[in-house]
Amino acid sequence: MGKVIVVTSGKGGVGKTTSSAALGAALAHNGDKVVVVDFDVGLRNLDLVMGAERRVVYDIVNVIQGEAKLTQALIRDKRLESLYLLPASQTRDKDNLTPEGVEKVIAALKTAFDWVICDSPAGIERGATLAMRHADVAIVVTNPEVSSVRDSDRIIGLLDSKTLKAEKGERMEKHLLLTRYDPVRAERGDMLKVDDVLEILSIPLLGIIPESMDVLRASNVGSPVTLADGRSAPAIAYFEAARRLNGENLPVTIPGEKKGFFGKIFGRKAA
Amino acid sequence: MNFLRIFTRSQSSAPAARERLQVLLAHERASVGDSDLVTKLRDEILRAISKHMQIDDDRVSVKMERGAKVTTLAVDIEIPFDADKKKKAA
Repeated sequence: MGKVIVVTSGKGGVGKTTSSAALGAALAHNGDKVVVVDFDVGLRNLDLVMGAERRVVYDIVNVIQGEAKLTQALIRDKRLESLYLLPASQTRDKDNLTPEGVEKVIAALKTAFDWVICDSPAGIERGATLAMRHADVAIVVTNPEVSSVRDSDRIIGLLDSKTLKAEKGERMEKHLLLTRYDPVRAERGDMLKVDDVLEILSIPLLGIIPESMDVLRASNVGSPVTLADGRSAPAIAYFEAARRLNGENLPVTIPGEKKGFFGKIFGRKAA
Repeated sequence: MNFLRIFTRSQSSAPAARERLQVLLAHERASVGDSDLVTKLRDEILRAISKHMQIDDDRVSVKMERGAKVTTLAVDIEIPFDADKKKKAA
């Protein structure tokens, strides 16, 4: 039985889709069967970030409405054969995403995949609550910035009350993924530090993804950042986060903290 | 390592982004609701086939590839040996 992960944040633009794609590819990299599910009905973008936008035939709403089989709607990644995408509908109303339908789809995906990654839309409406509903594990994506931290706190509250696990009285496993982190600005005192965010949200840290041009470059070409350039700083951070998801006890390093000779000379430019 | 990577990096990625968006948006603007031509064709092809045989959804794969100039639609159907008999019996 596969593990269901929700990637959520409350606030938009913090990196949920980027992180879903990057972690999905990182987990699939060592052969695990992974499906990444887009819950953002009406504003889908996971297909674009993963470079599958030209191949979308059916979507999750088609499956829920019985217009297509789940296997017909799944799109296999062109680079990794154990990585799949279930796109959201672009044209349908988000009311077509029914709780019963989502439950069936997730149950079916769990039996066929090792990891089911639910990419939540921003906000706290239907799409977001349905994306988290069946999760075993939640990844809360947060930027070191006041409004993002506040929204993450709100989402943590929902994870502890509105999910199936919470309703059964079980504890939802939550992890913080700090994205767009700029160590130079944090050091200068112009950005919330890792410890600040951890202290406020008090959930364990899954990883710190540095602010990087590599993320934009990967989305430009339609590739998860972990596949576009596996040696880039954000890719390494995502690969490590994926290993922690797998239960490995890796210490989290703050990107850019240990600067080598070239790092000292070129500073941020080389990062 | 970062230092060397500056020189090994391939050309800029923005043109790829621009090209991908142009193709995608051209298709999305052309289709209102589910009424775009390719979707219509897909549904009508499947309906036509279902008149003559019982379609097992698991044996049908529909693939699409939207390009800048052409879109390809591939409907791959496994037709069992006794497909027409089954239909008559049903």
